[in-house]
Amino acid sequence: MVELHILLFFMIIGAIIAIEAKDLLSAVVAVGAAGLALSIAFLVLKAPDLAITQLVVEILCLIILIRATLKVDLPFSTSGRWLFNTLAVFVFLIIFLAFGYFALKELPSFGSPIMRVSQFYLEKAKELTGATNLVGSVILNFRAYDTLGEATVLFTAVIGVMAIMRRKGRKKVTDQEEPDEL
Amino acid sequence: MNYNSPHKGMTLIVKTITRITVGLILLYGIYITLHGHVSPGGGFAGGVIIALSFIHLMLAFGKEEALRRLPKPLVSLFESLGAILFFTIAILGFVGGYFFLDWLNKGEPFKLFSAGSILLSNIAIAIKVSFGLFGIFLVLVLLKFTPKK
Repeated sequence: MVELHILLFFMIIGAIIAIEAKDLLSAVVAVGAAGLALSIAFLVLKAPDLAITQLVVEILCLIILIRATLKVDLPFSTSGRWLFNTLAVFVFLIIFLAFGYFALKELPSFGSPIMRVSQFYLEKAKELTGATNLVGSVILNFRAYDTLGEATVLFTAVIGVMAIMRRKGRKKVTDQEEPDEL
Repeated sequence: MNYNSPHKGMTLIVKTITRITVGLILLYGIYITLHGHVSPGGGFAGGVIIALSFIHLMLAFGKEEALRRLPKPLVSLFESLGAILFFTIAILGFVGGYFFLDWLNKGEPFKLFSAGSILLSNIAIAIKVSFGLFGIFLVLVLLKFTPKK
Protein backbone atom coordinates (compact mmCIF):
# COMPACT_ATOMS: atom_id res chain seq x y z
CA MET A 1 0.00 0.00 0.00
CA VAL A 2 2.99 2.34 0.44
CA GLU A 3 3.60 2.69 -3.28
CA LEU A 4 -0.06 3.56 -3.81
CA HIS A 5 0.15 6.37 -1.27
CA ILE A 6 3.31 7.70 -2.90
CA LEU A 7 1.53 7.71 -6.27
CA LEU A 8 -1.50 9.47 -4.78
CA PHE A 9 0.69 12.20 -3.26
CA PHE A 10 2.47 12.58 -6.60
CA MET A 11 -0.88 13.00 -8.35
CA ILE A 12 -2.04 15.60 -5.81
CA ILE A 13 1.20 17.58 -6.25
CA GLY A 14 0.80 17.38 -10.05
CA ALA A 15 -2.77 18.64 -9.83
CA ILE A 16 -1.78 21.56 -7.59
CA ILE A 17 1.04 22.51 -9.99
CA ALA A 18 -1.43 22.31 -12.88
CA ILE A 19 -3.74 24.75 -11.15
CA GLU A 20 -1.10 27.18 -9.96
CA ALA A 21 1.20 27.29 -13.00
CA LYS A 22 1.09 30.57 -14.91
CA ASP A 23 2.16 28.99 -18.18
CA LEU A 24 -0.54 26.93 -19.91
CA LEU A 25 1.97 24.47 -21.38
CA SER A 26 3.42 23.71 -17.93
CA ALA A 27 -0.10 23.12 -16.64
CA VAL A 28 -0.79 20.66 -19.46
CA VAL A 29 2.44 18.78 -18.73
CA ALA A 30 1.56 18.61 -15.03
CA VAL A 31 -1.87 17.18 -15.89
CA GLY A 32 -0.13 14.59 -18.05
CA ALA A 33 2.16 13.62 -15.15
CA ALA A 34 -0.88 13.13 -12.90
CA GLY A 35 -2.53 10.95 -15.57
CA LEU A 36 0.58 8.79 -16.00
CA ALA A 37 0.77 8.30 -12.21
CA LEU A 38 -2.89 7.22 -12.30
CA SER A 39 -2.00 4.66 -14.96
CA ILE A 40 0.76 3.22 -12.73
CA ALA A 41 -1.70 3.21 -9.82
CA PHE A 42 -4.08 1.05 -11.87
CA LEU A 43 -1.18 -1.28 -12.58
CA VAL A 44 -0.39 -1.51 -8.84
CA LEU A 45 -4.05 -2.34 -8.16
CA LYS A 46 -3.79 -5.20 -10.72
CA ALA A 47 -6.00 -3.76 -13.43
CA PRO A 48 -3.87 -3.94 -16.60
CA ASP A 49 -6.83 -3.27 -18.90
CA LEU A 50 -7.49 0.06 -17.24
CA ALA A 51 -3.78 0.86 -17.15
CA ILE A 52 -3.39 0.40 -20.92
CA THR A 53 -6.50 2.43 -21.69
CA GLN A 54 -5.57 5.22 -19.25
CA LEU A 55 -2.02 5.48 -20.64
CA VAL A 56 -3.14 5.62 -24.25
CA VAL A 57 -5.99 8.05 -23.71
CA GLU A 58 -3.69 10.24 -21.62
CA ILE A 59 -1.21 10.48 -24.52
CA LEU A 60 -4.00 11.37 -26.95
CA CYS A 61 -5.41 14.04 -24.62
CA LEU A 62 -1.91 15.45 -24.07
CA ILE A 63 -1.32 15.77 -27.83
CA ILE A 64 -4.67 17.49 -28.36
CA LEU A 65 -4.21 19.81 -25.37
CA ILE A 66 -0.64 20.78 -26.28
CA ARG A 67 -1.71 21.49 -29.83
CA ALA A 68 -4.67 23.49 -28.59
CA THR A 69 -2.64 25.54 -26.11
CA LEU A 70 0.47 26.14 -28.20
CA LYS A 71 -1.34 27.71 -31.12
CA VAL A 72 -3.87 29.87 -29.37
CA ASP A 73 -3.15 32.56 -26.84
CA LEU A 74 -6.28 32.14 -24.77
CA PRO A 75 -7.19 35.16 -22.70
CA PHE A 76 -7.63 33.90 -19.16
CA SER A 77 -8.22 36.11 -16.19
CA THR A 78 -7.52 35.26 -12.60
CA SER A 79 -8.88 38.45 -11.10
CA GLY A 80 -12.41 39.64 -10.48
CA ARG A 81 -15.22 38.25 -8.33
CA TRP A 82 -12.82 36.31 -6.18
CA LEU A 83 -14.96 36.77 -3.05
CA PHE A 84 -18.04 35.19 -4.66
CA ASN A 85 -15.94 32.40 -6.20
CA THR A 86 -14.23 31.54 -2.92
CA LEU A 87 -17.50 31.56 -1.00
CA ALA A 88 -19.21 29.34 -3.59
CA VAL A 89 -16.30 26.91 -3.56
CA PHE A 90 -16.35 26.63 0.24
CA VAL A 91 -20.14 26.16 0.43
CA PHE A 92 -20.15 23.42 -2.20
CA LEU A 93 -17.08 21.79 -0.65
CA ILE A 94 -18.79 21.58 2.76
CA ILE A 95 -22.02 20.16 1.23
CA PHE A 96 -20.03 17.63 -0.81
CA LEU A 97 -17.95 16.52 2.17
CA ALA A 98 -21.05 16.15 4.38
CA PHE A 99 -22.82 13.98 1.79
CA GLY A 100 -19.62 12.07 1.12
CA TYR A 101 -19.16 11.31 4.82
CA PHE A 102 -22.58 9.68 5.07
CA ALA A 103 -22.33 7.92 1.71
CA LEU A 104 -18.83 6.50 2.16
CA LYS A 105 -19.74 4.97 5.55
CA GLU A 106 -22.10 2.57 3.76
CA LEU A 107 -19.56 1.33 1.22
CA PRO A 108 -17.56 -1.86 1.82
CA SER A 109 -14.03 -1.11 2.92
CA PHE A 110 -11.16 -0.82 0.44
CA GLY A 111 -9.88 -4.17 -0.77
CA SER A 112 -12.79 -6.31 0.46
CA PRO A 113 -15.61 -6.11 -2.09
CA ILE A 114 -18.96 -7.85 -1.79
CA MET A 115 -18.41 -10.84 -4.06
CA ARG A 116 -22.01 -11.56 -5.00
CA VAL A 117 -22.23 -11.00 -8.77
CA SER A 118 -18.52 -10.93 -9.45
CA GLN A 119 -18.05 -14.37 -7.90
CA PHE A 120 -20.42 -15.75 -10.54
CA TYR A 121 -18.41 -14.05 -13.30
CA LEU A 122 -15.12 -15.36 -11.93
CA GLU A 123 -16.41 -18.93 -11.80
CA LYS A 124 -18.52 -19.20 -14.93
CA ALA A 125 -17.21 -16.62 -17.39
CA LYS A 126 -14.60 -18.85 -19.01
CA GLU A 127 -16.94 -21.70 -19.87
CA LEU A 128 -19.92 -19.47 -20.72
CA THR A 129 -18.13 -17.08 -23.08
CA GLY A 130 -14.88 -18.83 -24.01
CA ALA A 131 -12.86 -15.69 -23.33
CA THR A 132 -9.92 -15.83 -20.94
CA ASN A 133 -9.78 -12.07 -20.42
CA LEU A 134 -12.62 -11.76 -17.92
CA VAL A 135 -12.85 -7.99 -18.32
CA GLY A 136 -13.49 -8.48 -22.03
CA SER A 137 -16.08 -11.15 -21.36
CA VAL A 138 -17.92 -8.87 -18.92
CA ILE A 139 -17.94 -5.68 -21.01
CA LEU A 140 -18.75 -7.40 -24.31
CA ASN A 141 -20.94 -10.31 -23.27
CA PHE A 142 -22.55 -10.03 -19.84
CA ARG A 143 -22.78 -6.25 -19.82
CA ALA A 144 -22.83 -5.53 -23.57
CA TYR A 145 -25.65 -3.03 -23.17
CA ASP A 146 -23.27 -0.77 -21.28
CA THR A 147 -20.76 -0.97 -24.11
CA LEU A 148 -23.48 -0.14 -26.63
CA GLY A 149 -24.34 2.93 -24.56
CA GLU A 150 -20.67 3.90 -24.36
CA ALA A 151 -20.30 3.54 -28.13
CA THR A 152 -23.38 5.73 -28.57
CA VAL A 153 -21.89 8.38 -26.27
CA LEU A 154 -18.64 8.45 -28.28
CA PHE A 155 -20.55 8.55 -31.56
CA THR A 156 -22.64 11.48 -30.34
CA ALA A 157 -19.51 13.31 -29.15
CA VAL A 158 -17.79 12.88 -32.53
CA ILE A 159 -20.90 14.05 -34.38
CA GLY A 160 -21.16 17.07 -32.09
CA VAL A 161 -17.53 18.10 -32.56
CA MET A 162 -17.74 17.64 -36.33
CA ALA A 163 -20.98 19.66 -36.48
CA ILE A 164 -19.68 22.56 -34.39
CA MET A 165 -16.28 22.82 -36.09
CA ARG A 166 -17.30 22.21 -39.67
CA ARG A 167 -15.82 24.33 -42.43
CA LYS A 168 -19.13 25.03 -44.12
CA GLY A 169 -21.02 27.92 -42.62
CA ARG A 170 -18.04 29.49 -40.92
CA LYS A 171 -17.43 33.13 -41.65
CA LYS A 172 -14.64 33.66 -44.14
CA VAL A 173 -12.41 36.43 -42.81
CA THR A 174 -9.30 36.24 -44.93
CA ASP A 175 -8.36 33.96 -47.76
CA GLN A 176 -4.66 34.51 -47.40
CA GLU A 177 -2.56 31.38 -47.13
CA GLU A 178 -1.13 31.07 -43.67
CA PRO A 179 2.21 29.29 -43.29
CA ASP A 180 1.62 25.71 -42.29
CA GLU A 181 3.38 25.24 -39.00
CA LEU A 182 1.80 21.96 -37.96
CA MET B 1 5.52 12.29 -53.88
CA ASN B 2 8.01 14.67 -52.35
CA TYR B 3 8.05 13.35 -48.81
CA ASN B 4 11.18 15.20 -47.85
CA SER B 5 10.12 18.65 -48.93
CA PRO B 6 11.32 20.92 -46.14
CA HIS B 7 8.28 23.15 -46.16
CA LYS B 8 5.71 20.67 -44.88
CA GLY B 9 5.71 18.87 -41.58
CA MET B 10 8.66 18.42 -39.29
CA THR B 11 12.36 17.88 -39.98
CA LEU B 12 13.95 15.08 -41.98
CA ILE B 13 14.97 13.20 -38.81
CA VAL B 14 11.41 13.06 -37.53
CA LYS B 15 10.13 11.95 -40.93
CA THR B 16 12.67 9.14 -41.20
CA ILE B 17 11.90 7.85 -37.71
CA THR B 18 8.17 8.15 -38.39
CA ARG B 19 8.43 6.08 -41.56
CA ILE B 20 9.89 3.23 -39.48
CA THR B 21 7.72 3.46 -36.38
CA VAL B 22 4.27 4.28 -37.71
CA GLY B 23 3.74 0.80 -39.09
CA LEU B 24 4.85 -0.77 -35.81
CA ILE B 25 2.42 1.39 -33.81
CA LEU B 26 -0.42 0.47 -36.18
CA LEU B 27 0.50 -3.21 -35.91
CA TYR B 28 0.57 -2.99 -32.11
CA GLY B 29 -2.91 -1.46 -32.10
CA ILE B 30 -4.21 -4.27 -34.31
CA TYR B 31 -2.54 -6.83 -31.99
CA ILE B 32 -4.13 -5.29 -28.88
CA THR B 33 -7.51 -5.35 -30.62
CA LEU B 34 -7.36 -8.90 -31.93
CA HIS B 35 -6.08 -10.31 -28.63
CA GLY B 36 -8.64 -8.45 -26.54
CA HIS B 37 -10.29 -11.68 -25.41
CA VAL B 38 -7.13 -13.54 -24.36
CA SER B 39 -4.95 -10.80 -22.85
CA PRO B 40 -5.45 -7.32 -21.39
CA GLY B 41 -6.45 -4.73 -23.90
CA GLY B 42 -9.54 -4.73 -26.04
CA GLY B 43 -11.27 -2.72 -28.69
CA PHE B 44 -11.12 0.67 -27.04
CA ALA B 45 -7.41 0.66 -26.15
CA GLY B 46 -6.48 -0.84 -29.54
CA GLY B 47 -8.59 1.72 -31.34
CA VAL B 48 -6.91 4.59 -29.54
CA ILE B 49 -3.46 3.21 -30.44
CA ILE B 50 -4.49 2.99 -34.11
CA ALA B 51 -5.75 6.58 -33.93
CA LEU B 52 -2.40 7.60 -32.38
CA SER B 53 -0.56 6.07 -35.34
CA PHE B 54 -2.64 8.18 -37.73
CA ILE B 55 -1.99 11.27 -35.61
CA HIS B 56 1.74 10.44 -35.59
CA LEU B 57 1.71 10.39 -39.40
CA MET B 58 -0.15 13.68 -39.47
CA LEU B 59 2.15 15.47 -37.01
CA ALA B 60 5.28 14.38 -38.85
CA PHE B 61 4.29 14.85 -42.48
CA GLY B 62 1.85 17.74 -42.23
CA LYS B 63 -1.85 17.78 -42.76
CA GLU B 64 -1.85 17.76 -46.57
CA GLU B 65 -0.07 14.42 -46.69
CA ALA B 66 -2.37 12.90 -44.05
CA LEU B 67 -5.50 14.29 -45.70
CA ARG B 68 -4.39 12.87 -49.04
CA ARG B 69 -4.20 9.38 -47.56
CA LEU B 70 -7.21 9.63 -45.26
CA PRO B 71 -9.69 12.23 -46.51
CA LYS B 72 -12.29 13.50 -44.08
CA PRO B 73 -15.32 11.85 -45.77
CA LEU B 74 -13.51 8.49 -45.52
CA VAL B 75 -12.92 9.02 -41.79
CA SER B 76 -16.60 9.84 -41.24
CA LEU B 77 -17.63 6.82 -43.31
CA PHE B 78 -15.45 4.38 -41.33
CA GLU B 79 -16.56 5.86 -38.02
CA SER B 80 -20.22 5.33 -38.87
CA LEU B 81 -19.40 1.91 -40.31
CA GLY B 82 -17.90 0.81 -37.00
CA ALA B 83 -20.98 1.92 -35.08
CA ILE B 84 -23.30 0.12 -37.52
CA LEU B 85 -21.13 -3.00 -37.37
CA PHE B 86 -21.33 -3.14 -33.56
CA PHE B 87 -25.09 -2.64 -33.67
CA THR B 88 -25.41 -5.34 -36.33
CA ILE B 89 -23.60 -7.80 -34.04
CA ALA B 90 -26.13 -6.90 -31.34
CA ILE B 91 -29.08 -7.34 -33.73
CA LEU B 92 -27.71 -10.68 -34.97
CA GLY B 93 -28.33 -12.02 -31.47
CA PHE B 94 -31.98 -12.32 -32.46
CA VAL B 95 -31.02 -15.29 -34.64
CA GLY B 96 -30.46 -17.25 -31.45
CA GLY B 97 -33.14 -15.64 -29.32
CA TYR B 98 -32.56 -12.21 -27.85
CA PHE B 99 -30.54 -9.00 -28.15
CA PHE B 100 -26.75 -9.41 -27.81
CA LEU B 101 -26.97 -13.20 -27.56
CA ASP B 102 -23.68 -14.84 -28.42
CA TRP B 103 -24.75 -17.83 -30.49
CA LEU B 104 -21.43 -18.36 -32.25
CA ASN B 105 -19.14 -21.27 -31.53
CA LYS B 106 -17.17 -20.62 -28.34
CA GLY B 107 -14.03 -22.45 -29.47
CA GLU B 108 -11.33 -23.49 -27.07
CA PRO B 109 -9.77 -20.99 -24.66
CA PHE B 110 -6.44 -19.22 -25.31
CA LYS B 111 -6.88 -19.54 -29.09
CA LEU B 112 -7.12 -16.48 -31.33
CA PHE B 113 -10.38 -17.53 -32.97
CA SER B 114 -12.46 -18.21 -29.90
CA ALA B 115 -14.94 -16.49 -27.62
CA GLY B 116 -17.67 -16.07 -30.23
CA SER B 117 -18.87 -12.54 -30.78
CA ILE B 118 -16.35 -10.87 -28.43
CA LEU B 119 -13.65 -10.85 -31.13
CA LEU B 120 -16.05 -9.38 -33.70
CA SER B 121 -17.27 -6.74 -31.24
CA ASN B 122 -13.67 -5.79 -30.45
CA ILE B 123 -12.91 -5.27 -34.14
CA ALA B 124 -16.05 -3.16 -34.63
CA ILE B 125 -15.29 -0.99 -31.58
CA ALA B 126 -11.67 -0.57 -32.67
CA ILE B 127 -12.74 0.72 -36.12
CA LYS B 128 -15.23 3.07 -34.52
CA VAL B 129 -12.94 4.45 -31.82
CA SER B 130 -9.87 4.87 -34.05
CA PHE B 131 -11.59 6.74 -36.83
CA GLY B 132 -13.78 8.70 -34.40
CA LEU B 133 -10.86 10.04 -32.36
CA PHE B 134 -8.80 10.71 -35.49
CA GLY B 135 -11.80 12.60 -36.88
CA ILE B 136 -11.93 14.78 -33.77
CA PHE B 137 -8.19 15.53 -34.08
CA LEU B 138 -8.55 16.24 -37.81
CA VAL B 139 -11.39 18.67 -37.23
CA LEU B 140 -9.48 20.42 -34.44
CA VAL B 141 -6.42 20.78 -36.70
CA LEU B 142 -8.42 22.10 -39.65
CA LEU B 143 -10.13 24.69 -37.47
CA LYS B 144 -8.39 28.03 -37.57
CA PHE B 145 -9.11 30.47 -34.79
CA THR B 146 -9.33 34.10 -35.72
CA PRO B 147 -8.13 36.11 -32.73
CA LYS B 148 -10.22 39.12 -31.86
CA LYS B 149 -8.34 42.35 -31.84
